[in-house]
Amino acid sequence: MTSSKQALARSAPSADAAPGSQPGAARRAHGRGTPPPGPGSWRSRLYRWDMKASPYAFIAPFFIFFGAFGLVPLLYTAWYSLHNVQLNNLDQQTWVGLDNYQNLLSSDFFWNALQNTFTIGLISTVPQLMMAIGIAHLLNYKLRGSTIWRVVMLTPYATSVAAATLVFVLLYSWDGGMINWLLHFVGVDPINWRESTWGSQFAVSSIVIWRWTGYNALIYLAAMQAIPADLYESASLDGAGRWQQFRHVTIPMLRPTILFTVVVSTIGATQLFGEPLLFGGVSGSKGGSGHDYQTLGLYMYDQGWIIGNLGKASAIAWTMFLILLIVAAINLLITRRLRKSQ
Amino acid sequence: MTTRELTPPQAQASAAEKVGRTGSGRRRLMGAGKQLHAGPLTYVVLSVLAFISVAPLLWTVVAASRTNQRLAETPPPLWVGGNLFKNLETAWTEVSLGTAMLNSVIVAGTITVGTVLFSTLAGFAFAKLRFKFSNVLLLLTIGTMMIPPQLAIVPLYLWMSELGWSNQLQTVILPTVVSAFGTFFMRQYLVQALPSELIEAARVDGASSLRVVWHVVFPAARPAMAVLGLLTFVMAWNDFLWPIIALNQQNPTVQVALNSLGTGYIPDQSVIMAGALLGTLPLLIAFLLFGKQIVGGIMQGAIKG
Repeated sequence: MTSSKQALARSAPSADAAPGSQPGAARRAHGRGTPPPGPGSWRSRLYRWDMKASPYAFIAPFFIFFGAFGLVPLLYTAWYSLHNVQLNNLDQQTWVGLDNYQNLLSSDFFWNALQNTFTIGLISTVPQLMMAIGIAHLLNYKLRGSTIWRVVMLTPYATSVAAATLVFVLLYSWDGGMINWLLHFVGVDPINWRESTWGSQFAVSSIVIWRWTGYNALIYLAAMQAIPADLYESASLDGAGRWQQFRHVTIPMLRPTILFTVVVSTIGATQLFGEPLLFGGVSGSKGGSGHDYQTLGLYMYDQGWIIGNLGKASAIAWTMFLILLIVAAINLLITRRLRKSQ
Repeated sequence: MTTRELTPPQAQASAAEKVGRTGSGRRRLMGAGKQLHAGPLTYVVLSVLAFISVAPLLWTVVAASRTNQRLAETPPPLWVGGNLFKNLETAWTEVSLGTAMLNSVIVAGTITVGTVLFSTLAGFAFAKLRFKFSNVLLLLTIGTMMIPPQLAIVPLYLWMSELGWSNQLQTVILPTVVSAFGTFFMRQYLVQALPSELIEAARVDGASSLRVVWHVVFPAARPAMAVLGLLTFVMAWNDFLWPIIALNQQNPTVQVALNSLGTGYIPDQSVIMAGALLGTLPLLIAFLLFGKQIVGGIMQGAIKG
């Protein structure tokens, strides 16, 4: 009953429509396209079912694929991290409890990797975001060929980790390298970029900075363009110069965007992998012969696929996740604090 | 996190046009009304930064056109030599870059089609359809962006080898074929770009959901689908971690091939540079053609994301 009523209600507007205004309406006015009562209720039932089910059908692919290849593996990683799983003997998986984690916490290489991840993350993220704000500020001026400038700044983003790192390896090489050659013009002795801790960490960071500064600059530029113009007008009426406007209008208005990029870059830095791997060449997974730039991502790859201890690799993965959660929590706290102080 | 609701794109564009007319007379996409003209110093600084952006790529061409011995000498070469094609040929054959290119096109292409299609469907549902738990599900979707890929790779590796899928392309395609970012990106776009009246009108005509998607949603979403497609293609082409674990040298993507060039035991730098050049070339061409759209997409995703 209700379904046929609905069918009637539905057909009403199209019957009201002036014949000829729409091809469908015209057909209905002639009565040819109008379904007879019986099949109509079946049709409207189908229609209602369609209305109800289709939203779920549309979002289903995402959740099915994410569930199968993201969520379930995530839980299995936790399971494997409590087992002894060896790459060359996958059938023998024995329960070891928290051994993998204990092993991890007592390993010097783990702490070294954690410290490297932190240092490289810091020296790649902080200058990167600061430069990105500066570049965004410049791009926000009225420029000739503004699109071209933006595209050029974004070019490094199109380069893959692999291609970019291979070029930088050569630029940073000890003798004959472009960077040491340029440094000698300003009177700096050649630096061993691949075997000194500071040098190699700086070199790896510079690859990250090169690839991502333009990308972040565009994000800041988008946020700068959304700042209402009257804020600047009233600031300049108050006698604020360009620098003061930048400090007291632009930066505060960008705060949410800055926090967003800090979070995204932090996530990226925690997972840093390709740059140090390729920078090290043959000893890549160790982060150089002296483990100078072995990050947590590299340490996991090294333990899992070079040494072949997949259980320990799983434990490293979960430790990385926990660290990320802590970082996210700290970020949230800072955001709250900032909001309150405003 | 920076969900700052903006004026609709159309309104923004027309505001920009006004600014443009009073200014240089050209149409500009500028939200800020009072825009300062750049002084000569700005151009100088920007030129230096632009040079830093492209110099490593230009120098890749120089290095790829020299010999290994020449690259070890000081001063390093600053202009192209005569060995480019010989090196390109060596790189092409040494790590089967031909196979790698074809594989990368298949992988990145499939991932792009899947991501755009599924993101548009899900984005439409989240933007315009009413259903139970839609807000919670949307939050969940966004939350998944926080999960690093490292957390899934050990089980994925084990399962894929059990299925006998190691070294096959579906191993790389399947885990990446949907995207939380894409879903959110399409949702934000469709909220504004797709008038609800249009959907209602189609409904009144008795159109099924699939017909609505085909005749109303896809046409309205086309600009955002194109941008998302470009961004996804760049990301999929450059993906590194999972491909080098899941694939080997027999059936590599470009990144896997470049990795084995770089970690080879007989490093010929000029050949490595030729490989790096070849692996980047397709994306650089895409950038020349669609750079403006990619820039626009990142800026749009940034504000709304």
